[in-house]
Amino acid sequence: MTTNAFLQYCLTGISIGGIYALIAIGYTMVYGILRLINFAHGDIFMMAAYFMIFSMVNFALPWYVAIIVVITATVILGVTIERIAYKPLRSAPRMSIMISAIGVSYFLQNVATYLFSALPKPYPAIGFLTKIISFGGISTSVVTFITPILTLAFVFILMQLINHTKIGMAMRAVSKDFETSQLMGIKINRVISFTFVIGCFLAAIGSVLYFTPRPSVYPLAGSLPGLKCFIAAVFGGIGSVPGAVLGGFIIGLSETFIKAAGYSEFSDVFTFILLIVILLIKPTGLFGEKITEKV
Amino acid sequence: MTEKKKTQLKVLFSLIALLVCAGMLFYVNHYTRPTFMLRTVLQLGAIYALVAVSMNLLNGFTGLFSLGQAGFMAIGAYTFAIFTIPVKSRSGVYYLYGVADWLSNIQIPIWAAIILAGLVAAILAAIIGAPVLRLKSDYFAIATLGFAEIVRIIVGSSPMNRITNGSLGLKLIPKFSNFYFPFIVVGICILIVSLLIRSSYGRAFKAIREDEIAAEAMGINLAKHKQLSFIISSFFAGISGALMGMYLGAITSTTFNVTLTYNILLIVVIGGMGSITGSIISSFLVIAAREWWLRFLDMEIFIGSFKVPLLKSGFRMVVFSLILMIVVLFFRRGIMGTNELNWNFIINRLNKKKKTGGESCE
Amino acid sequence: MSEKVLSVQDITMQFGGVVAVNNLSLEVHKDEIVSLIGPNGAGKTTAFNVITGVYAPTNGAVDFEGKNIISNYPRGKMEKMYAGENKGKYKKVTEPTPDKITKLGIARTFQNIRLFKELTVLENVLIAKHMRMKANIFADTFLLNWKEEKKMKEDSLELLRILDLYELKDEKSSSLPYGKQRHLEIARALATNPSLLLLDEPAAGLNPQETDELTEFIRKVRDHFHLTVFMIEHHMNLVMDISDRIYVIDFGKMIANGTPNEIQNNQKVIDAYLGVAEDE
Repeated sequence: MTTNAFLQYCLTGISIGGIYALIAIGYTMVYGILRLINFAHGDIFMMAAYFMIFSMVNFALPWYVAIIVVITATVILGVTIERIAYKPLRSAPRMSIMISAIGVSYFLQNVATYLFSALPKPYPAIGFLTKIISFGGISTSVVTFITPILTLAFVFILMQLINHTKIGMAMRAVSKDFETSQLMGIKINRVISFTFVIGCFLAAIGSVLYFTPRPSVYPLAGSLPGLKCFIAAVFGGIGSVPGAVLGGFIIGLSETFIKAAGYSEFSDVFTFILLIVILLIKPTGLFGEKITEKV
Repeated sequence: MTEKKKTQLKVLFSLIALLVCAGMLFYVNHYTRPTFMLRTVLQLGAIYALVAVSMNLLNGFTGLFSLGQAGFMAIGAYTFAIFTIPVKSRSGVYYLYGVADWLSNIQIPIWAAIILAGLVAAILAAIIGAPVLRLKSDYFAIATLGFAEIVRIIVGSSPMNRITNGSLGLKLIPKFSNFYFPFIVVGICILIVSLLIRSSYGRAFKAIREDEIAAEAMGINLAKHKQLSFIISSFFAGISGALMGMYLGAITSTTFNVTLTYNILLIVVIGGMGSITGSIISSFLVIAAREWWLRFLDMEIFIGSFKVPLLKSGFRMVVFSLILMIVVLFFRRGIMGTNELNWNFIINRLNKKKKTGGESCE
Repeated sequence: MSEKVLSVQDITMQFGGVVAVNNLSLEVHKDEIVSLIGPNGAGKTTAFNVITGVYAPTNGAVDFEGKNIISNYPRGKMEKMYAGENKGKYKKVTEPTPDKITKLGIARTFQNIRLFKELTVLENVLIAKHMRMKANIFADTFLLNWKEEKKMKEDSLELLRILDLYELKDEKSSSLPYGKQRHLEIARALATNPSLLLLDEPAAGLNPQETDELTEFIRKVRDHFHLTVFMIEHHMNLVMDISDRIYVIDFGKMIANGTPNEIQNNQKVIDAYLGVAEDE
């Protein structure tokens, strides 16, 4: 591998890793607060792609309007899902709410198949994002280049939000102790909705960045990336935003290098094995906190 | 009535019920056209009933939320297919990559291959169970889901070409030798699971579901019992995979994707987590609805010149996922909850009706 | 003095920087009823959890019927953080899981009742008998051990009869009145054939009449099954009424032990419960 090729792969890996990080944040925040694997998150990400197709192809909106539409629609979708499918099950056994999440995922996939058919649909190109730029012998599209930058910017803003605002403090409190913070007068439902807003916002951004360099969208397009991002969240320690980001980058990079080494068939196998290994060695992930059950 | 007489009556009624079922199958076999939908529904329903029961053993009775059922089915189906595709048609099946030398002349009887399918799945479960079962609820779910995906990817990958025929999949898998075959296999398997559930080990599984900490304090070795449940569940998932292979005649690795697991989960949830009879009833209902009664949802229907709205390809599955959501949100116990449809249950129901009826008369 | 059933030696349980139980030693002798009391958060349940194998102690050992069953010393991360006493006294590591402890003959109940809620009273008791079963899963599934199963069922029914729960045998355990649920939890623990019974706040949530019934129940259990009972309890009437000896702990440390009379008049105990003003 030449230095140039190596740098090229690094850039690709960091870029895809950045997208994984954005989606992984959605998983990790919801898990931190509701202790729920939001199986539907990957499908929300997929729906965001269809929203983009709709606004840019069917309604011929310019890309900057389309992105706002996509973000709004995705956020509304996510919050609605929480209200309808998760909220009524707050006091139900863990298994029920997990099944509900799987149900939503299944529902979104089927709805997408019904509305848009199972055939792949081409993803609209946003002019300036697909331009090829080259520097120092590496050539890449703008989107690959700006993805990690955007990711880090959003993570920075998010960390400020979590650490320095009132709602951020409420979120941290709820994730530490759901019941006590409820007793302390924190409006749990608002905090949860806000968490979904952030998660879906980042998923919408991630969706645009993910699908722009890819040819098409199909109803199951979200499920595998979704799983990988969940793995990234587990890897970094579920509940921890920096952990999810780091996990995203690690998975993105290792996946790219495995593909580069000619084992692209097995890149997903590697990711799943990574998950099982991390769960066995350090179930709390890199930055996770230990939770013990009271006897 | 004395206890003994009651038991005798129950046995008698059970035999009658069994005969009625057998009679119905006989009728369907002899007096309906081979293309009749009911035949498909019954056979496919039976296969789903077995895999749903196997999932229920783990999810509903032991309280371990596994999403790996499709993976174990894949292992069963492939094991079965590899060892039963007739030797003389192998070159046709493996036309592109050729068949591995050690495999080219092995062909074993159907019944042996079915058991082998279960065993291979069980052995794999034993290997991955030891580490994975240490994980807590949702992590276990994700790990099993991941495992199923790994199986699927490996089975369909190029280094396996000469064994599993890679992404092309396997075909010419022996079909059911007669109409009753799947029912007999499924019947025996479900009977074994029911016997297990009512045994002391079955009770220990339920104890783990109800309260792990209390179960452990009662001297139940959690690791051992979870492992047992996982292995047995996988064994029967493997067998149902073999039956699925026979039913379909051709399989590829995509046959056993996550959607299949979700479909099985849907059946288990609708039937009731922790009810064998619930899973059986629900399999037949769901399959009948999906393959037969609700087919029309996927078709564009005109009444006169009026086009019925919403109906088009894919709507059926939307309706199904809605049903799942409704059951999860509003009828969490499903059809049967943790009850079983047996004579005690029926007698109790009747007595209750009588009582409430009597009260309303006053 | 009669033989020692349980001997807890220098147990320290440290979670991170918090020392929940500090260098606790106590003994329970055959046929005694011994109580462990102390204010909320004193570390009583933690001590129980150590004895039953839920937590491995940070340091110390537990002997049961003359044999060492639990032993540990500060290792790994704990080696530096350890804030308790007797460091270096114990060298052995024995960390059995709770099921192993139960198998040895120590049964327990829980502070917040942990019955198998969806299952019947009889099933709850049968489950406790499961670990003594000799048949393997294969034999058990195919009814090859029907004699053993029959005996299990008869024994369980007999136990329920003795404890006046027979009438309720087919009820779902969660549908029982609260007091009866407490009785059932004790019955279930007895079904494991223990020689030592650990009761974690058996009277919690009971009204005075139910508490009286429970006192009688515990006495009856001890006499009928020749058991040794070690319990945590807040209900002073019950404790003083029934205990042969009492241990008092506060902030994880033992502050007194003796007969009910001695404890009632112990100034340290009174201070621990009522609190002492700093200035006095």
